[in-house]
Amino acid sequence: MKAMAAKPTTAGTPANDDIGEAKRLALYRSQIRLREAEQRAFDLFLQNLVKGTSHLSLGQEAVAAGFAEAMQKGDLSFCTYRGHAHTLARGVSVEKVLGELMQKDNGLMRGKGGSMHLTSEDHGVMGSYAIIGAHLPIACGAAWRAQYRGDKDVSVCFFGDGTTNIGAFHEALNFAAVWKLPVVFVCENNLYMEYTPIGDVTAVPSPAGDRAAAYGLPKIVIDGNDADVVYREAQKAFAKARAGEGPSLIECLTYRHSGHSRADPAKYRPEGELERWKERDPIKIYRERLKQFGVSEQVMAEIDADVRREVDAATEACKAAPMPPTDILFTDVYADGGWAWRN
Amino acid sequence: MAEISYRDAVARGIAQEMARDKDVVFLGEDVAKAGGCFKATVGLYEQFGPLRVRDTPISEQAILGAAMGAAMTGLKPIAEIMFSDFIAVCFDYIANEFPKSRYMSNGQTKCPLVVRTGNGAGSRFGAQHSQSVENWCMMIPGLKVVAPSSPRDVIGLLAAAVRDPDPVIFFEHKSLYPIKGEVPDGEIVDTLGTAKILRPGTDCTILALALMVPRALEAAERLKAEHGIDAEVVDVRSLVPLDTQTILGSVGRTHRLFTVEENPRLCGWGAEIVSIVADEAFYDLDGPPVRITTPHIPLPAADHLEDMVLPTADRIVETVRRSLNS
Ligand SMILES: Cc1ncc(C[n+]2csc(CCOP(=O)(O)OP(=O)(O)O)c2C)c(N)n1
Ligand SMILES: [Mg+2]
Repeated sequence: MKAMAAKPTTAGTPANDDIGEAKRLALYRSQIRLREAEQRAFDLFLQNLVKGTSHLSLGQEAVAAGFAEAMQKGDLSFCTYRGHAHTLARGVSVEKVLGELMQKDNGLMRGKGGSMHLTSEDHGVMGSYAIIGAHLPIACGAAWRAQYRGDKDVSVCFFGDGTTNIGAFHEALNFAAVWKLPVVFVCENNLYMEYTPIGDVTAVPSPAGDRAAAYGLPKIVIDGNDADVVYREAQKAFAKARAGEGPSLIECLTYRHSGHSRADPAKYRPEGELERWKERDPIKIYRERLKQFGVSEQVMAEIDADVRREVDAATEACKAAPMPPTDILFTDVYADGGWAWRN
Repeated sequence: MAEISYRDAVARGIAQEMARDKDVVFLGEDVAKAGGCFKATVGLYEQFGPLRVRDTPISEQAILGAAMGAAMTGLKPIAEIMFSDFIAVCFDYIANEFPKSRYMSNGQTKCPLVVRTGNGAGSRFGAQHSQSVENWCMMIPGLKVVAPSSPRDVIGLLAAAVRDPDPVIFFEHKSLYPIKGEVPDGEIVDTLGTAKILRPGTDCTILALALMVPRALEAAERLKAEHGIDAEVVDVRSLVPLDTQTILGSVGRTHRLFTVEENPRLCGWGAEIVSIVADEAFYDLDGPPVRITTPHIPLPAADHLEDMVLPTADRIVETVRRSLNS
C-alpha cells in the first residue's frame, strides 16, 4: 500500500540524543494523561454519557505531547475536531474537556462548542476546527500578527493526512512561505482520511512531505510515535520560526487505534494492521525509553496513578455537574454578549 | 467640505483608520503596489508601508483565514475580496469561521475584522463578476453586513466597521465608484445598524440599498413631478444590524412599502424586511408590500440585457404608480 511506503522504525529505538530526565518524565506523563483521558472518554461514550460525536487520538499521543512540551507559554495551537489530545497537552484540565464532551456546564465551552471545537485561549489553544483545512490559513494570520508586532510566539497548526488534499492547505503553505511566517504545520499522517487509505486518494506517497518542495520547504517525515523524535523536530521548527526564517511542514507518521469517530468500527483496515501498529504504540515505546534511561517501574507507576486520580476525579465532577442553563443559548453571538440583529 | 468620489472615499476611510490605530492592517490581491483592481486603494501602500498594506497571492481562503487569525490575536485587519462573487470560494470563513468562533468558544474568541468587496452589476462583467451577494451574508448569525451608497457613508461606515468588535462584510458597489459626493473635512465615523431617510415623503416608503439608492431617489422625484406621489426614500445602509425602527416608523407614516433590490428574486434582503413588516406592521399597511427585484436569473453581460433586468428608476416609478393607483 502506497501510504505505508514510509516505514515506521522499530520499537524502542532510543532517540539520537538525550532530552534530559525532567523533559522525559514530562513527556511520559503527558502521553499517559492523553491516553487515560481519551480512554475514559471512550468508556463514557459506551455508557452513553459522552454525547454527540468525538474523534479520539488514541495511538497518536506522541505527536500532541511532543509538540506541546516543546512549546512555550504564549505559543498558539490550532487543532482539528481530533483535538482533545492537543488541548489537554497544553494544560487544559481533564474535567473541562470531559465536561464539554458530556455536555455539562463545567465543560470548556459550557456545551456551546462540543467535542470538535475545544478552545482555551488562556492555554494558547486557539480553537479546534471541524472544516477540513480551515485553520491552516487562520494559523497564518496569527503568525502574521506575531511577525507584524515582533512577538516571539509561534503558531502551530495540527491536521491530518487527508487535509493535504484540500485547497486551503495549499493556499496556506504558499502564503506562509511567501510571507515567511512563524507558523509550523504539523501533519499527523495516520494513514487514513476518515475511512479511505490516504494512498488511494493522494498523488504522492508522503502526503505532506512530498508537497513541501512546492512551497520551497524541505521534506520532513518523522516517526510520529516516538515522542522524543517529535519533541526534537518541534524544537528545530520553533527555533526556525522564532528566528524569522519562516514556516515548517512536518509530517508525523502515526496511527489511530480507534475508529475515525465514535461511530466508526474501522472495518476497512486490513487484517493485522492495527496489531502491527500497536507494537509501536507510543506509550509502549516511551516506557521502554524510560527503562533504558534507568527510570524505575515504580516512578512510572506513580505517574500512572497520579494521572488516573485526575481522570477519576474529573469523571466524578462531570457526572455530578449540572447541564448548562438554557439562557446561554443567546449569549456571545456578537461581541456585546448578545444576539441582537435588529433594533 | 470637499467633493470626492466613492472610489477615493474608500482609500480615505481606510487611511483614516490606519492613521488612528496601528493595529489596522490591510491585505488583498493587487491592493498594495497596484492600488487595487478598481483603484480604490491607491496611495495606501505609499502612506503606510509594506508591513501594513500587503499584496497577497490569489488565495481567497488564505486572505480571509489570515485576516481571522490576525483578528483573533489582536489586530484589526481589513481584507479585500476583489469581486464579491469570489466570496463563494472562501465562503467557509464567512459562513463557518468568523461568525461562529465567538459563540462556539463561549465568548473566548474575538474576530474584529472587515471584509471589503466590490459588489453589484452595471459593468457588463457577466454572471460571475456582477452579482449582489449581500443577502448571502445577511442570513448568517454572527456577521454584520453593510452596503454604503455615498462617499460620505463609505468613510463613516467603513470607520464604524473597523472599530466594531464583530466581523463586518462591507459591500462597495462597483458602479458607484465613479460617483461623487460632498464629504465633510476631518474624521468621519458613522454608526452601524442605522438606516437613513434620504427623502421624506408621505405616500409610500421606498427602501433601497447601494446602487438602488440613487435610482430610488430619482424615481421619487419623478413620482412627485409626474404623478403627484410623495415617496419617502430610506437608504437601508446596514442589513445587519437592521434598523427596523426607522423602517417600521416610515411604513407607519406612509402605509405602503416598496423594496428595491439588486439581488435575484429569491431570498433577497427585501423578503426579510417585508416579512418583518407583515408581522409587526400589518395593520399600518394600506396595500400589499411590493418587492422590485432583479428577476431570478443569472446576470447577462450585454449592455441592453443587463439594463433590462436590474431595477431602474423607470421600473420603480411604474411599479409604485400602478400599485398606488390600483
Ligand atoms: C471540508 C470538509 N470536508 C469533509 C469533511 C468530513 N471529514 C471530517 S474528518 C475527515 C477526514 C480527515 O482526514 P485527515 O485529514 O487525515 O484527519 P484525521 O481524521 O485522520 O485526523 C473528513 C473527510 C469535513 N469535516 N470538512
Ligand atoms: Mg488521517
